[in-house]
Amino acid sequence: MNFLSDPVNFIANWLGNLLLGWGMSQSVVNVILTFIGAFLVGVFGFSLVIFTIWLERKLYGRIQDRLGPNRVGPWGVFQTFPDMIKIFTKEYITPIGADKVAYNLAPILSVSAVLLVWAVIPFAQTIVGTDVNVGVLYLVAVGGIGALGIILAGWSSNNKYSLLGAFRAVAQIISYEIPMVLALLVPVLLGRSMGVNSLVNAQSVWFVIMSPIAALIFFTSSMAETGRAPFDLLEAESELVAGYQTEYSGLKFGMFYVGEFLHAFTISALTATLFLGGWRGPWAEQIPILGVAWLFIKTFIVYFVVVLIRISMPRLRIDQMLNFNWKFLTPVALILLISTAIVDKLFFIYIPGFQIMDSLIPWIRAGVHLLMNIIIVLITVQILKSYRITASRVVAQPRPVAVAPEPPASVIS
Amino acid sequence: MTLEQIAFIIVAIVTLVAGISVVTSRNLIHSALWLILTLFGIAIYYVFLNAGFFAVIQVIVYIGAIAILFIFASMLTRRVMQDTGPQTNSNWWLGALISLLLFAGIILIFVNWQGFTTSAPDLANSSGQISQLGLALVSPDQYLLPFELASILLVAGMIGAIFVAGEKKQ
Repeated sequence: MNFLSDPVNFIANWLGNLLLGWGMSQSVVNVILTFIGAFLVGVFGFSLVIFTIWLERKLYGRIQDRLGPNRVGPWGVFQTFPDMIKIFTKEYITPIGADKVAYNLAPILSVSAVLLVWAVIPFAQTIVGTDVNVGVLYLVAVGGIGALGIILAGWSSNNKYSLLGAFRAVAQIISYEIPMVLALLVPVLLGRSMGVNSLVNAQSVWFVIMSPIAALIFFTSSMAETGRAPFDLLEAESELVAGYQTEYSGLKFGMFYVGEFLHAFTISALTATLFLGGWRGPWAEQIPILGVAWLFIKTFIVYFVVVLIRISMPRLRIDQMLNFNWKFLTPVALILLISTAIVDKLFFIYIPGFQIMDSLIPWIRAGVHLLMNIIIVLITVQILKSYRITASRVVAQPRPVAVAPEPPASVIS
Repeated sequence: MTLEQIAFIIVAIVTLVAGISVVTSRNLIHSALWLILTLFGIAIYYVFLNAGFFAVIQVIVYIGAIAILFIFASMLTRRVMQDTGPQTNSNWWLGALISLLLFAGIILIFVNWQGFTTSAPDLANSSGQISQLGLALVSPDQYLLPFELASILLVAGMIGAIFVAGEKKQ
């Protein structure tokens, strides 16, 4: 094993052998290495946020024709550090009547729920946190814990606006979990596995080509899970002050803030892993460390789209948001899941009948699935067209409020 | 003691304490939170038994759906922060009697059970477990009937919920 091509496993092996040489048993060494790995992934996640907060503020600024942060360091890259110091030194305020335990538990839960996702993301072919065989389900389970954090924050603050924010959070996060899970099942069907790393291994043709609808549904519903614009109804400033995080101050608010930014980056990483081939790329199998680079290039491309959508889209109304989920995303996801299963099964029944080279089969399979996706899109568009607004209904005649007074008779004559 | 035994005992204590707190806690939401901890402890036991699938399903279904539904319902129906009603009613002795009898029955069965001393058989390879489970659920000579019955029950429950919640069109 070479240091340059696979540094993480090289160091882990070296450290493991060192500890074994000190007379520890293999199980203790495994536990220590697991804890070090978990710690490193956590630190990595948090330090990534320092960068993405700057990136997002800069993009935000440029799109709104401002400069964005530009004082601390070159192009303002170190702007986040003074902000961190500011937030560390702020006072913690606990409102009267707040439920102390739940109030303090909520920010921890909502950050840890996001960090836990990173445990199953494969950074490269050999650099995997834990390759659990139910990785996809694990992602869903962890999302549920995040929802719990938001509900607790809203309830324990003893504040009407916080509680309203929590109610909206439940309506939004739990209902958008349904199309997300259904869309996640499509890669599971195509890759014949629930482990995240085996799904990446199965993507000799990226799943975004095989099933673009699933990728879009997953992307949209996980955008809604993050609770950012255009889905930021849980903290809509104009209606709810700041939603569930109204009463939080100092580092506790900072944890929600970090959790939100990390969540946005995490869903980009998940989209890149599950639909854009993850660490796959040229020479990624020979030089594993190159896989990390490929993954992060793809992740940042997706993250750029996430930020762009956040900046440029207006907020949805709550009924629009729920209608979009229950009347559009969920039926489309269900139909897509069923037809993907049928098409894939039929494909593998009928393909041995044709004499085709083995290397071509994944591409033909991708073509068949792509064709099915295009047909579903066309049918959906046709159905949507029948719901379009052809004419606006006239409710009442326009009634001018201010009418110019009749000129006096003396003027006319 | 091995590491696994120490972890087992710690998780057992936490689960039991949380389980007792579910019924002794005065605040309804606190009870729901303790319930989440209890269910999480049970999920950890599934991990100890090498049943990762069940552990994750336990977290999704019980914590992600049912416990959140409990919290949500009690947030909507009760006075939110100061909900401290009486914990028992006049039938408390009947409940205590039934649960004691049940506990005694379980103990009686476990004392005579041979399973404690025999070690569990080795499982098949871990990657094939889920597909084996899936095939077992839909094969007619194994669990097809209970699986379909559960599906019908769930669909009926869903239709009922929609009917109850739906607007009455007059």
